Amino acid sequence: MARIVQPAGQPAPTNAPNAPDAPASNDAAGQANFDAIIAKDSRVEPKDWMPEAYRRSLVRQISQHAHSEIIGMQPEANWITRAPSLKRKSILMAKVQDEAGHGLYLYSAAETLGTTRDDMMDALVAGKARYSSIFNYPTVTWADMGAIGWMVDGAAICNQVPLCRASYGPYGRAMVRVCKEESFHQRQGFEILLELAHGTPEQKAMAQDAVNRWYAPSLMMFGPPDDDSPNSKQSMAWNIKRFSNDELRSRFVGMLAEQVKVLGLTLPDSEIRFNEDTKKWEYGPLDWEEFKEVLAGRGPCNAQRLERRRSAHEDGAWVREAAAAYHDKQLAKQAAEQKAAA
Amino acid sequence: MSEGTSTEGATAAAGAGAHRWPLWEVFVRSSRGLSHVHAGSLHAPDASMALRNARDLYTRRNEGVSIWVVPSDAIAASDPDSKGAFFESPQGKDYRHATYYTKSEGVKHL
Ligand SMILES: [Fe+2]
Ligand SMILES: [Fe+2]
Repeated sequence: MARIVQPAGQPAPTNAPNAPDAPASNDAAGQANFDAIIAKDSRVEPKDWMPEAYRRSLVRQISQHAHSEIIGMQPEANWITRAPSLKRKSILMAKVQDEAGHGLYLYSAAETLGTTRDDMMDALVAGKARYSSIFNYPTVTWADMGAIGWMVDGAAICNQVPLCRASYGPYGRAMVRVCKEESFHQRQGFEILLELAHGTPEQKAMAQDAVNRWYAPSLMMFGPPDDDSPNSKQSMAWNIKRFSNDELRSRFVGMLAEQVKVLGLTLPDSEIRFNEDTKKWEYGPLDWEEFKEVLAGRGPCNAQRLERRRSAHEDGAWVREAAAAYHDKQLAKQAAEQKAAA
Repeated sequence: MSEGTSTEGATAAAGAGAHRWPLWEVFVRSSRGLSHVHAGSLHAPDASMALRNARDLYTRRNEGVSIWVVPSDAIAASDPDSKGAFFESPQGKDYRHATYYTKSEGVKHL
């Protein structure tokens, strides 16, 4: 709690921190300090006083982000055993391993806010936590590995680069680390599509089909339209979010529209255009009903993803127990040695 | 990543549950001649597992030549709220900086 230091030689204000008023006064000082940090666009650190709503909002966002990284390993892990070459298999394993790392960086960041890793894990396997709806779509061909890298990781990068400047220090630092690793993810995906697009007609058709299926879901990764995104405004006022959902989505469409030409493929949206007046990229309508359905747990793979996470967690229980037992044994051994030496 | 988790993270992680792994802070030396720098934190049952996990989590791309792991609750941290009182005021202490000494301006190699 903030201590109020009374400048020497000035009369104490009538609401000086006397015992009964102390908590409220401290909150007021903490709030003032917090407001000053936000106004200066500085960073809030774990031990700083922060409004409860700010803390709650961060816990929600960071843990959802962490869950997305962890669940996001599944659609791609699905193809590790069937990657077309040893090189592609190595690359895919490295990428999936990175996603695990991203999840761990983010869980650590969320923990600095006072929530425990176990609570977050429990909420996820109990189906009480949300994660990005994109990972509830199936990966049906090898080309999906290309489309995911290019579009899903691409959208994630657009979202995450501004988050490197999020007002909460540990979140921003985790994002810096994540962003450094993401660019490889996007490039390897692009390369998969590029090679398929220059392969046989069947391979090219497979690449086009993957782009067609992943296009709309990847656009929806930025979240609902601005007029239907209740938390956005507050999040931007707190300098957590720097750009609105629609703003980021429009930028992303612009990048895709250029890059798809290099692939020699097309995007399944005839309404993409650059609006010279607004200087923004525009695109066709998205199916927000589908988005809500998937988010509510009724997507094609929701049940499968959660079940997999649950069983992986349960299957790993003996490893966690063994590690703890080994640690206890080492401690007992140390104690016995110390006793013998004494 | 969780700089400053020494209190929050550790108390949170040390709650109920017999087999809850403690939190460790990870410091990585990126190359010889440089200091170890805080990279982030992780959970592990003991120091040797913490080192292995730190290697896998924070040095997948040659980011380091040496790693330290420290139990988070072993770190003592200054109170962020006592900023004014704890850190000596730099006011009126310009003479601690080279720029304070202006008379020698123009003198070479000084
Ligand atoms: Fe990631
Ligand atoms: Fe990624």
